[in-house]
Order: sequence, then structure tokens, then C-alpha cells
Amino acid sequence: MEALYPLIILLPLLGSAIIGLVGFSSEGFRKQEGLIGSIGTFAVAIPFFLLLFARFAFDGEPIDIQLFTWMEAGNLSISFNYRLDELSFLMGMIVTGVGSLIHMYSIGYMHGDSGYYKFFAYLNLFIFAMLNLILSDNMAVMFLGWEGVGVCSYLLIGFWFQDMAKAKAAQKAFIANRIGDFAFLVAMFMIFTELTATGETTALTFTEILDHAWGDKAYWICLLLFIAATGKSAQIPLFVWLPDAMAGPTPVSALIHAATMVTSGIYMIARLSGLYLAAPEVLTIIVVVAALTSVMAAFIAVAQNDIKGVLAYSTVSQLGFMFMALGAGAFTTAIFHVMTHAFFKACLFLGSGSVIHAMEHMHTVKDPQDIRTMGGLRKYMPSTSKTFWISTLAISGIPLLSGFFSKDEILSSVFFQGYSNSLYFVVYAVAFITAALTAFYMTRVTFLTFNGKERFPQEKHPHESPAIMTIPLWILAILAVVGGYVGIPALLGHPLHILHVLNDLWLAHDGGETGLVANSTAMIENMHHHHSMEYILLPLSAALAIFMVWFTFNFYKKNDLAGDEKVAKFFGPLYPAMQGKFYIDELYNRIFIHPFVWIGDHVIVWFDKNVVDGIVNGTGTFITNVGDVFKRLQTGLVSNYVVLISLGVVAILAYLIFG
Amino acid sequence: MEFLTPNTYSYLTVALIMFTLGAIGVMTRRNGIVVFMCIELMLNAVNLSLVTFSRMHNDANGSMLVFFVMCVAAAEAVVGLAVIIALFRNKLDIDINNVNIFKW
Repeated sequence: MEALYPLIILLPLLGSAIIGLVGFSSEGFRKQEGLIGSIGTFAVAIPFFLLLFARFAFDGEPIDIQLFTWMEAGNLSISFNYRLDELSFLMGMIVTGVGSLIHMYSIGYMHGDSGYYKFFAYLNLFIFAMLNLILSDNMAVMFLGWEGVGVCSYLLIGFWFQDMAKAKAAQKAFIANRIGDFAFLVAMFMIFTELTATGETTALTFTEILDHAWGDKAYWICLLLFIAATGKSAQIPLFVWLPDAMAGPTPVSALIHAATMVTSGIYMIARLSGLYLAAPEVLTIIVVVAALTSVMAAFIAVAQNDIKGVLAYSTVSQLGFMFMALGAGAFTTAIFHVMTHAFFKACLFLGSGSVIHAMEHMHTVKDPQDIRTMGGLRKYMPSTSKTFWISTLAISGIPLLSGFFSKDEILSSVFFQGYSNSLYFVVYAVAFITAALTAFYMTRVTFLTFNGKERFPQEKHPHESPAIMTIPLWILAILAVVGGYVGIPALLGHPLHILHVLNDLWLAHDGGETGLVANSTAMIENMHHHHSMEYILLPLSAALAIFMVWFTFNFYKKNDLAGDEKVAKFFGPLYPAMQGKFYIDELYNRIFIHPFVWIGDHVIVWFDKNVVDGIVNGTGTFITNVGDVFKRLQTGLVSNYVVLISLGVVAILAYLIFG
Repeated sequence: MEFLTPNTYSYLTVALIMFTLGAIGVMTRRNGIVVFMCIELMLNAVNLSLVTFSRMHNDANGSMLVFFVMCVAAAEAVVGLAVIIALFRNKLDIDINNVNIFKW
């Protein structure tokens, strides 16, 4: 069975190659939608079951999968080695599990699209890259996956590339990610330089990195890696690409922009948690950036009318929550929220896809994503409506659903850090407001979509999506309900507590340094000292969520769409700014893009025309002129050449004899 | 009359004289056909020395090489004469000093 483990990584690549290459060359294959969809789905589902099997057979000792050496140069020797431990098992199962459900959903969603085979080839390639990112045992292969998911997200966001806006969104995502990738590279070079300073050979494995004593260098490396994470995981200042990325097909939004790629920054920091604990200043920076991102995105989400737009900003906000947990040193909590968020946010995105699908098929509204044209869909789309409501309640933090457990863990871990550094109390307050806003905007968007008055023309009505799309919705909705039970708060002393499972295994088998380190020591101490606080915090956040959902539901039930005007009045002058997304895109345009365009139009053009062209043309002219001088040597007279040849022969002979 | 007895040096001396005559001819004569004949002379001088060395070292390789040189010489004569005839047809002249048309 162990011999099959490499298939976990190779099957998605194989699937992508088969679908892509055969589809590219064969017209007949392209029309076999069912076949293409099945290959794509199974190429992801089989790795999921392999991972599941490996997880059950797992005895706590990390499993190494060694394929081959990738590059060897000087002190560097990088191999395609993969490592299965608690962290990569969990991430791997999220990626392949949620991934295969989304593949299945796409069979229905992409039905009839002209690029059907391309879509599945890209999706499988994405899963391959993502698995490289999370299963790799060294930085270099992780970077390969890191870049790979960037490329795939570019391909998938710009999937409908005939539309200029979508092509531009793809470019924006790619470029914003590249900025982060640059920081990742610099950090990786710093790690390499430091590890080889003693002349030893390095494979850049995480074990090596975490075993090393980093001292002051940890600060810069961690900071650079965090910048890389802000690119992938959409935090300030590089979050602007994620809302635009909604231009891609909805399954892509669900897979990449909710469940997998955007969490890779969180995964990377969790993987290097030992390094981050050596740089507590960076953790403080992370928590501040995360809190700002989270609350800003939540404010924006309140004022959006595009169903996917709300979800996109909600994702940015939830990623902020995860980073807050990282910043508080509660790495396992962050991963826990990654998991629950993958369930309910994927379900929400797929649900929105189902809605958009139905609205598009009516051909009556201009913008099938605008919630102002929906309303009352509950009657026509029962499955979508129910699963969407379940996920909304989960993300809002209603007790006993998955989102409640993970979000509460984050809030309390931030709170307990406050005892050591009072800044964290402020962050806790911000997170508390954000949680309230989350419950508000999620209930709002769900209510306006599925409940209330029907705002579309009455003569036509939308239809529920086919079973191939609703089955994944139900599975994800069920997971959104029960997914949290692996992480029941510690105070209940539940044996399945995911934090303990993760911590125990990582700690026990990696000496506490190489794997994911437990919630940082200070926080654990605080937790023990102020244990009773958790009894206050838990009901507080539960009450907040229940109140906000109840309040919002009744508010919009009474006012319907007019409720938005009251909200606008409540926020006053802030509301237009929220609708305009705080004008951050415009700000970036003014500060970064316009100056560059200006420099390009004026300085670079001049430089190109004069300096570059001058050098190129000058070289040509110079060669021609030199040739003009030496061509005079050619007389065309045979006897002249003969004399020269003879003299040459004599000279050579003279050299051979006398020289 | 020992110096009249042919030995290795005599053959080489003849080859030397033939080669020199040929080289001077190629350099000084202006008639294309004579230039060709002079080239043949040089080639034959080389052939003679090859055969001589072949005998001297008791090695057949030199003699073998002579056949190759003859083949190449024949081929060269064919092409060269064809060129000269073509030139004559166009210019009614085979003075090689007047055919410097291949210069820049």
C-alpha cells in the first residue's frame, strides 16, 4: 500500500496531462463531457482516499515519500520528497476532499462550455501544484507548488479570456501574487545562505530549517515570508486581487479562492511555526495586519450587492481571522479554521454558483450576480437555499456548527495573548466587531437571495440545479455542521479535540521544534491562569452570533431591500466608502500604477528609442564599416592569392623547421 | 659514376624541381590552361614524393594516397576546364588576370 502513496501527487498531474493533451489533439474526446469530468474527478478523489487510508494507517511517525533528486548544485541538493504528517494529512485531505466535490460540481456547472476539457485540465493541474505545496518536505518544492497554484489561478480566473475584464482580473491576481513570491524567494535565499554558511550541504527541508538556531535572522526571514503570505492569502497590502478574481468560473472561486490556494500562506506559516516563535515581533505585525484586513473586508462586504463579491470580501475577512490566530501563536487554531472555512465557504461559493446558474438561465436580468434582482429563491431552489443557510449560520458562528468552534478558538487565543501584550486585547475587540459584521452581512446576503419578495420578472422562474451540483452542496453543508466537532473547546475535555491531536503528534515526534509547535508558551500559561475567562468568552461570542443573525433576519424581513438604505443611514458618510471598497484600488492606481505608466510612456520610451536602438543599430553600422575597410584586400586575381598562399606555406615550413 | 645511380635523394630532387616549376608557373603565367598544366605538374611532383617515401618506409599507404590524388586531379581538371571554357565563351579571353569578377 505504501508503494501507492506517490500516486497521491502524481494522479492529478496524470489526469491533467491526459485531459489536456488528448483534449487538445482530439475533437471527439473534447465532446465526451462525462468522460472528461469523471477522469478529472477521480484523479482527485483517488488521492483523497489514499490519504484517508494513509491517515488511518498512520502511527504518528512522519511518512516520507521520496521520488527523485530534482537539482544538485554546490551545497544544494533538492529532492522531490514529500512528507505526510498531521499537518499535511489535514491540508491534503481538505484539498483533495473539497477539491473532488468541486470537480464533481463542475461537471454540471461547466456543462456546454466550449473550454470544458481545458477547465478540467487546469483544475487537475491546480490540485497537483497545491499538493506539491502542502506535502513537500522542503522549501524549494513548496515554492514550485506556490508558483504552480499562482499560474493555475491565473489560467482559471482568466478562463473566459475573451472578456477583457476577466483577462485583466487574471493579470491582477498574477502580478499581486508575484510581488509576494519575490519576498518568498528572498527569504528562501536567506535561509539557504544561512544554512550553508558552515559549508554543509543543504536540502532546504523544513526539519533542517526548524532545527537551526536562527537568532536575529529569524526576524527578516519571517517578515519576508509573511509578505509572501499576504500575496497568496489576500491580506493588506496585497489583498486587492482576490475580489477581482471572482471573474473566474464559480467552482474556481470555491476551490481556489475559498478552500485551498488562499490558505497556503497560513499553511506555510504554520509549517514554519517554530521559526516564527523565534521572531515574536513578526507575530505582532501579523496580528495587526490581520485585524485590519479582517475588519476592513467585513465593512466592505456589508455594502456589496454582488453575491460573489460579498463572499469574496468575506473570504478576505476570514483569512484575516486565520492570520490573527497565527499572530497569537495559536497555529493549530488557524489550521482548524482553515478546515472549517474550507467546508462552509466552498459550500457558499458553490451555492452562489448554483444561484447564478439559475439566474443566467432565466435570461431576464442583466446581472445574474446582483442580489437586488433575486429574492424568494427559496421556493424554487430548496437544496441550494438550505445548504446556503446552513453555511451562513456556520460562518456566522452559531453555536454547535463548525464555524463557531474555530472562530471561538481564535477569539479566545487572541484574548489570552492579551495578558502578555495588551495590544492583543485591542485586536480581540476588533475581531469581536468583525465577527458581528460577519453574521450581519452573511445573513443579509442570504436573506436577500433566498427569502423575502421575488424581485425578478414573475412570468419566468429559476430552476434548481441538477443533482450533480446539489450533492456536493449537501456533503459540504453536512461537513460545515459536523466539521467543528473535532475541535470542541478544550474546556469540555473532549478526547477528539483537534488541537490536542495535532499538538501531541507534532510535538511527540518532532521534538517540539520541527513541526507545528503548540500554542505559544505564554498563551498556554495565560490560558491556565485565566481559565475561567473562557467560560465568559464562549457564551459571549455565541450570544453575539445568535443575536446578530436573529436581528439581521428580522431587520430584512421587515424592510426587505429598503433595509440597505437604513444601513446606509446608520453608517452615514462611511457607507459610500464601503461601497467603493475604501477606494484602495484607486489608491494603488494613483500611487503605483500611474507613476509606472508615466515613466513607461516618457522615460522608458526615450531610453528604448535612443539608447537601446542606438546600441543595436550602432553595432550593425560598426561591423559594416570595418568590413568596408578590409574588403579592399580581396583583389579577385588568382595569382595574388597563390603568392599569398605560397608565402604562407613557406612561413609555416620555416617555423616548423627552424622555429 | 656513383652519383648517376638513382637513390632516394634523386627522386626527391626531381620532385622538388617539378614542384618549383609548377609553383612558379601558377604564379607567373596568365594563360588559364597553362596555369592548369602547372597545377598538374605540382600534383605529380607530390605524387612522386609520396611514392618515394612509400618505398623508403616500406609502407604501401603512400602509394595508395597517390591514387586518391590522381582522382582528385582528374576531377579538378574536369571542373577547371569547364570553368575556363565557360569564361572563354563569355569573354573570348582566358587571361586569368582579366577575370577578377569575384572580388567585392
